[in-house]
Amino acid sequence: MSAFIALARRDLALALRAGGGGLMGLAFFAMTLTLVPLGVGPEPAVLARIAPGLIFVAAALAALLSLERLFQADYEDGGLDLLWLSPLGGPLIVIAKCLAQWAAAGLPLVIAAPVFALMFHLTGPAIAPLVGALLIATPAFFVIGSLGAALTLGVRRGGLLIALLVLPLYVPFVIFGVAAVDAAQMGHPAAPHLMLLGGLSLLALIFAPLASAAALRISLD
Amino acid sequence: MELVAQGLCVERGERRVIGGLGLRVGAGEVLIVTGVNGAGKSTLLRALAGLLVPAAGTILLGAHRRDGDAHAYTGQLHYLGHRDAVKGALTVAQNLAYWQEVLAPAETRAPAAEALAAFGLEGLASMPAAYLSAGLRRRLALTRLLAVPRPLWLLDEPAAGLDAPSRAALGDAIGRHCAGGGLAVVASHGELSLPAAQTLALERA
Repeated sequence: MSAFIALARRDLALALRAGGGGLMGLAFFAMTLTLVPLGVGPEPAVLARIAPGLIFVAAALAALLSLERLFQADYEDGGLDLLWLSPLGGPLIVIAKCLAQWAAAGLPLVIAAPVFALMFHLTGPAIAPLVGALLIATPAFFVIGSLGAALTLGVRRGGLLIALLVLPLYVPFVIFGVAAVDAAQMGHPAAPHLMLLGGLSLLALIFAPLASAAALRISLD
Repeated sequence: MELVAQGLCVERGERRVIGGLGLRVGAGEVLIVTGVNGAGKSTLLRALAGLLVPAAGTILLGAHRRDGDAHAYTGQLHYLGHRDAVKGALTVAQNLAYWQEVLAPAETRAPAAEALAAFGLEGLASMPAAYLSAGLRRRLALTRLLAVPRPLWLLDEPAAGLDAPSRAALGDAIGRHCAGGGLAVVASHGELSLPAAQTLALERA
C-alpha cells in the first residue's frame, strides 16, 4: 500500500510541476469552451442547448491531451522496468498512475465545469447533474485512455494514435453523461442516466487497468 | 539462495539471441557475463530479471520460479539496466526515497544516507537530479542496490560512465554484498575488478 501511495504521490507532484502537463488540460478545456460562443453567437437558448455536449466533448479531449505522457516518461528513463520489480504488479501500477493523472488533469475540469455551465446559460438544476456526470465519467476517461497510452508506448507521436484508439470508447460515456444533463434541463430525473453512467464507469475501472497492464507487459519485452 | 537457469532460450524479433543456456550462481558468488556487442548480455539479464519472457527454459531463484508468483521472484532481485530511472525534477534524496518506498516495505529498507555516502553523493542530497552528470546519475542509480537490500543483483554494464574511484566503490559494494551471502550477475567489458568471479562468455548467435 505504501508503494501505491508513493507512486501516486510522486506522479501527482511531477504532473503539477511546470512542464508536467497536468494543468494544460484545464487550459485547453477553458480555451475551447471560450471559443464556442464566439463561433456560434451569444444566443442564450442555443448555448444552453449545446452546452452539455460541448462541455463533455471538451473534457474528453482535455483528458486525452494529458494521456500521452502517462507512461512515456517512466518508459524512457527505465523506471517502468523497476516498477515491474516492485510488489505493486501491473494493474495497480496503472491504477496509481491514472489516479495521479486524474487528480492533476481530470479533477480540475470537474471543478471548473460549473463556471462554464453558467457561461453557457445552463439553468441551476442542470449544474449538479453536469458535475456529477463529469465526476463519474472523467476517471473512466483516464483508465480507458491508459489502455491507448500503454499500447502506443514507444511509438513516436503516439498522441494522435491514442485519440484514434480511445475516442470510440468514450462514446457511451458522452451519450449517458449528456443525457443526464439534458433530462435535468427538461425537468426529468437525471438519476437513471447517472446510474447507467456509473455502471459503465465501474466496468471501465475494473477491466481497463487489467488490459493496460497486459499492454505494458508487452511493451517491456 | 541460488540462481539456476536451465535450457534458457530467448528470442528477440524472431531471432534466437540465447539458445539453450544453463547457468548456476551460488550464494556469495559473482558471475561476470562477457561478450561482444549484440551477443545477448542485456537480453540475458532482462530475462533473468523477469522482464523478458524466455521462449523456453526454466529460471529458479532459491525456491521461486520465474514463471510462478511474479512478485515472489522479482521481489528478490535488483535490475540495473542502461537507463538510470532518475527523475530530473526530483532531488537526489527524493529520487532514492521514492524508489525505497516503491520497492520495499518500511521495515526492510536500509538507511538512505549510508547508501548515498557509499557512492559519494552525501553532499548532493538536496540537488535536483537534472543537474547531475551522467556518471553521478549512474551513482545515484547504484545507491538503490544498497538502500533496498535484495539478494540478487543483475547489473548491466554498471560501470558505464563511472570514474576510477566510483568503479572501486562499486567493486567494494559488490564484494560486501557477496560476502553477506548475496549473488550478482554482472555484464561487463572488464572495467570492474571482481576477484573470485566466474565468467560466462556469450557468443553472437
